[in-house]
Amino acid sequence: MPDLLTAHDLRVTYGRGRNANEVLKGVSVEIGQGETLGLVGESGSGKTTLGRAVLGLVPVAGGTLTFAGEDVTRLGARGRRRLARDIQVVFQDPYTSLNPSMTIRDILTEPLVAQGAKKKDAASTVRALLDQVAMPADALDRYSREFSGGQRQRIAIARALALDPKLIVCDEPVSALDLSTQLKVLDLFIELQQRTGVAYLFISHDLSVVRHVSHRVAVMYRGHIVETGPALQVTDDPQHPYTQRLWAANLVADPAEQANRRAVRQSLPPLDDDALAAAGAT
Amino acid sequence: MLTYVARRLGIGVLVFVAVTGISYVLYHVRGADSIAYRLLGADARPEEVEIKVHALGLDRSLPEQYAGWFGGLFRGDLGESFVSNQDVTAIMSTRVPVTLSLIAATLVLTLVFSVVLGVWAATRGGVVDRVIQVVSVIVSAVPGYWLALVLVIVFALNLGLFPATGFIPITETFGGWLSTIFLPSIAIALGAIFSLAVWVRSSIIDMRRQDFVRTLRSRGLSPRSIMYRHVLRNAAPSIVQMLGLQIIALLGGAIIVERIFALPGIGQMSLDAGLAGDIPVVLGGVAFFVVVIVIINIAVDLINGFLNPKVRIS
Amino acid sequence: MSADADITGRAIAAEPIVRRGVFRALLRNPLTAASLVVLALFAVIAIIQPWILPYPPNEVNLRLTNAAPFGSDYLLGGDNYGRDILSRLIASTRGAFQAAAVLSVVAVVIGTTAGLIAGYYGRVFDSVASWLFSAIMAVPAVIILISLYTLLGVSTTVAMAVFGFLVSPSMFWMVRTLTRNVRNELYVDAARVAGLPDRRIVGRHVLIAIRAPVILMIAGLAGAGIAVQAGLEFLGLGQAGVPSWGAMLTDAFGNIYVAPEQLIWPAVALGLVTSAFTLISIGVRDTLEGTYVKPSTRARRREIEALLGSAAAERTLGGTADAATATTATTSTSTSQPLLAIDGLRVAYESGGSLTTVVDDVSFRVEKGEVVGVVGESGSGKTQTVFATLGLLPEEAIVARGSIRLDGRELLGLPERDLLEIRGHRMAYVPQEPLSNLDPSFTVGSQLVHGIRAQSRATKKEARDLALAMLDRVGIADPLRVYRRYPHQISGGMAQRVLIAGAVACTPSLLLADEPTTALDVTIQAEVLDLLRDLQTETGMGVLIVTHNFGVVADLCDRVVVMRSGRIVEEGRVGDVFTRPQHEYTRMLLGSVLDNAAPREASARRKAAHA
Repeated sequence: MPDLLTAHDLRVTYGRGRNANEVLKGVSVEIGQGETLGLVGESGSGKTTLGRAVLGLVPVAGGTLTFAGEDVTRLGARGRRRLARDIQVVFQDPYTSLNPSMTIRDILTEPLVAQGAKKKDAASTVRALLDQVAMPADALDRYSREFSGGQRQRIAIARALALDPKLIVCDEPVSALDLSTQLKVLDLFIELQQRTGVAYLFISHDLSVVRHVSHRVAVMYRGHIVETGPALQVTDDPQHPYTQRLWAANLVADPAEQANRRAVRQSLPPLDDDALAAAGAT
Repeated sequence: MLTYVARRLGIGVLVFVAVTGISYVLYHVRGADSIAYRLLGADARPEEVEIKVHALGLDRSLPEQYAGWFGGLFRGDLGESFVSNQDVTAIMSTRVPVTLSLIAATLVLTLVFSVVLGVWAATRGGVVDRVIQVVSVIVSAVPGYWLALVLVIVFALNLGLFPATGFIPITETFGGWLSTIFLPSIAIALGAIFSLAVWVRSSIIDMRRQDFVRTLRSRGLSPRSIMYRHVLRNAAPSIVQMLGLQIIALLGGAIIVERIFALPGIGQMSLDAGLAGDIPVVLGGVAFFVVVIVIINIAVDLINGFLNPKVRIS
Repeated sequence: MSADADITGRAIAAEPIVRRGVFRALLRNPLTAASLVVLALFAVIAIIQPWILPYPPNEVNLRLTNAAPFGSDYLLGGDNYGRDILSRLIASTRGAFQAAAVLSVVAVVIGTTAGLIAGYYGRVFDSVASWLFSAIMAVPAVIILISLYTLLGVSTTVAMAVFGFLVSPSMFWMVRTLTRNVRNELYVDAARVAGLPDRRIVGRHVLIAIRAPVILMIAGLAGAGIAVQAGLEFLGLGQAGVPSWGAMLTDAFGNIYVAPEQLIWPAVALGLVTSAFTLISIGVRDTLEGTYVKPSTRARRREIEALLGSAAAERTLGGTADAATATTATTSTSTSQPLLAIDGLRVAYESGGSLTTVVDDVSFRVEKGEVVGVVGESGSGKTQTVFATLGLLPEEAIVARGSIRLDGRELLGLPERDLLEIRGHRMAYVPQEPLSNLDPSFTVGSQLVHGIRAQSRATKKEARDLALAMLDRVGIADPLRVYRRYPHQISGGMAQRVLIAGAVACTPSLLLADEPTTALDVTIQAEVLDLLRDLQTETGMGVLIVTHNFGVVADLCDRVVVMRSGRIVEEGRVGDVFTRPQHEYTRMLLGSVLDNAAPREASARRKAAHA
């Protein structure tokens, strides 16, 4: 069975001429059907850009992007619109990802109508969607400001599910949420995956979050993927020096264990950026 | 920073060429004959018109005429008046100081009073704040020229405190200059003072909410030092920007106020010349105002470039 | 991020009113409603004026020359030429409204269209249009209009259309900026991902967002247009024979010694219309910014404080025991005074007439040399507690009751002058967002020096040396270079080190840190925590650290205070709370920590591949 999504040697550059800044420097990842690939890295590592490239929100400068066997690297507006049925998104900030002047009904109906659904069919679909993300049906005629961060994120998930996609790009979907809400939303993601078989590209800066939802984890550093592997292996026994550092810097809510990690981290040799870049570029 | 300055200047020159060029074409669009008839009167004979057209150089092609006019600029030559045959630069030389005085006085009044009132409203709040806001609405609804009329009636005609009309150059007596320029500039500036004061006030209030102000307070800096050193400093760019826009908007009012106070400035000159069909003089007026606006814009950009470290050090 | 900040910032100051409610909100503003009525009245007059004119406006009746108002059949009297003033006033409305309409339509069509395209698509069109509109802005509008009237003899309509073109840049810039902002919103990205074509995105998302601001600007332009048009007519540039307020002003001005009252009528009409437009645009602006809430006046504030005070007094009666236990507790646990003692602190905000308590009866101690973590979710009141201690709550906040003592000295109610000596010197603050907490206009060094000199009698040279030494101490490799840099030239991690340097420069005995590592990358976060730990060990200062992250508590703290919805739910030694949480809420929070959860297995297919 072929991979659902394959990125091969993907390159993205922001700006032009002297101000050009290559953010993705040849990134290759694969995501299988129904699989979660966790993408972890610090700010500026290019993880969000990879997500936006998959969504077609930034132009690709080099490499290829294949979705379900089709080359989607440089798709026109029409092709992209067709692909919208298959690739959806949940953004980080649930406050700005929902239009404040639209009701929840309008927000959820929008993708359906955009894909040619009839208003009447859309109405029943929308109710079912809210049910899927455990939101009450009376939410439909309210505005997003009336909901908490966690509830808004549920609505955003419902919108992503509306077209029954094969892949959802989740860009830091829980990092703006409180601890307790975070866990509930993550479990919702897992539950929906088990039910619908959707695949996730799950982007986060938090190793624990990625570890919790992912089957496999890819670690990004300065535009390169430096390590990929099964979640357990990457998060428990990292191989790459950067991942090791990331692991050791990750705080744990246990004073004794945290003291251990601190000792490990302080004993790590300093990072050699050039060596890292070279290692990552392979 | 140097390239930044050069670029602003370049844009200024381009704007000047474009505006004067388009005006030039528009003023001549009716054709040479019609311009000549306007000067000579409708009952002029065709031969007279032909001679006039030739004498004024209107029989050349428009691009050629404009090139001639533009070339003259470099020699300080704006052409001759169609009516009096005087050099336009000579006509303008006595009038530029009048209008510049008016603009300068308005600028100073607006800047000083709006900042003082704005800071006052922002720091004191309460009644002061309300009064300034209400007055700003009232004043902004009254056109400057109407205010000028009232000022003339009250202070000049009824109380006789200021001369109602005329202009005394600053080179003669400063007191005389001030007395002739005071009422007109008040009339022009009043609306701007209050609307800018409200702007200053809200810029300060916005700035005071910034995180770094709280952090500075946490270091024990006194409110006064935070206000004058940090808050105003950071609010300055938006205040300068707004001041520039206000002054440009006030130039139109200045033209009308010149009329009311019979100040022999560029606005009056352009109006009279326009009524007489004297194209070169009108063009001189247009060129003057374009230069003033371009200079104000460049000044605003330079001041803000200087105030903004991101621009200054790049 | 820190959601406590939300409580002060977003909820209180400016939760923007959602656009759909704008028009209803507008009508609730009495001034705006009145202005709309005035304008409607004038508009009706402008339309029906041919039928309601008492006399033909240009009819000359010598008997009426400079007739006084309110006499005979002529309500407002006659002008210098013997024409009925009221009729002329009424007849002028049409010209004024035509001018406003022509100007607005031209400005809106040109400015909005270009602004939408430039803002939405950017690129070449944006650069060209931006350049073009800034050039148009440099055109001296009034002199051009004068020359068009005089040299070309254009009609009022054409002149106002030209004027509309010349003022269209303001519309362009506004629409362009708004469109760009909306364009960058995540919900537009989501719509694009959903496959919405551009025209639908503009229709559904962009137009809604720019609708009200465009109306605001139209009102402003229309008012200005009428004023300018009248000004030009005042100069004698209108169409001869057509009555206008400007021409009436000229006539009256010429007649000023004979009948000064004639100046009043056109001025009043003009003033009413232009101020109605102005008030509408102000009303729209205030409604958009959500500032049309009656600000709590001082009297109202005193009322609330009295109200809270009585409730507080009630509690203190029964609370004497409370205070007593507090005292005994202190004496029993430690012989010396605690560094920081917060007792029964209550902080509230007033919004829309109701009172929200964000910190409710909070009491805890920080001993000398102790690191206390205050942990909680958004809205727990943890950040508000820190600001209350520093005396840096926003003005709208009300400290209803309680006591905050630093080394036994009561801070609440202390005059600002005394607080100045305590802040920075006795207690210092490290904020959450490193970059927004540095003044962008000053170099790193100069703002450190400002802080140091506010606290000590140091000379400039001494302060500079101390600042450099502190930068070195917080682990900055090249202190002199960073000293000379502006905030935008340094990274977030570096900025946070600078802020820590500024906070500890004057050796405070208490450091209050509000989520000091939340905005940083994990690797930087670990280094900053190391730095805080080292500084604490070195100086022996007490540290109060606010965080939502139990990892930070585990890493750094001796004791922990768990807060929820403004109240303390649990307090204890870190080891105890982590191993034996007493309160259900603490257990739930610790249960939500993901550290120990087993990761998911690689998907079946992958597993097969790896096997």
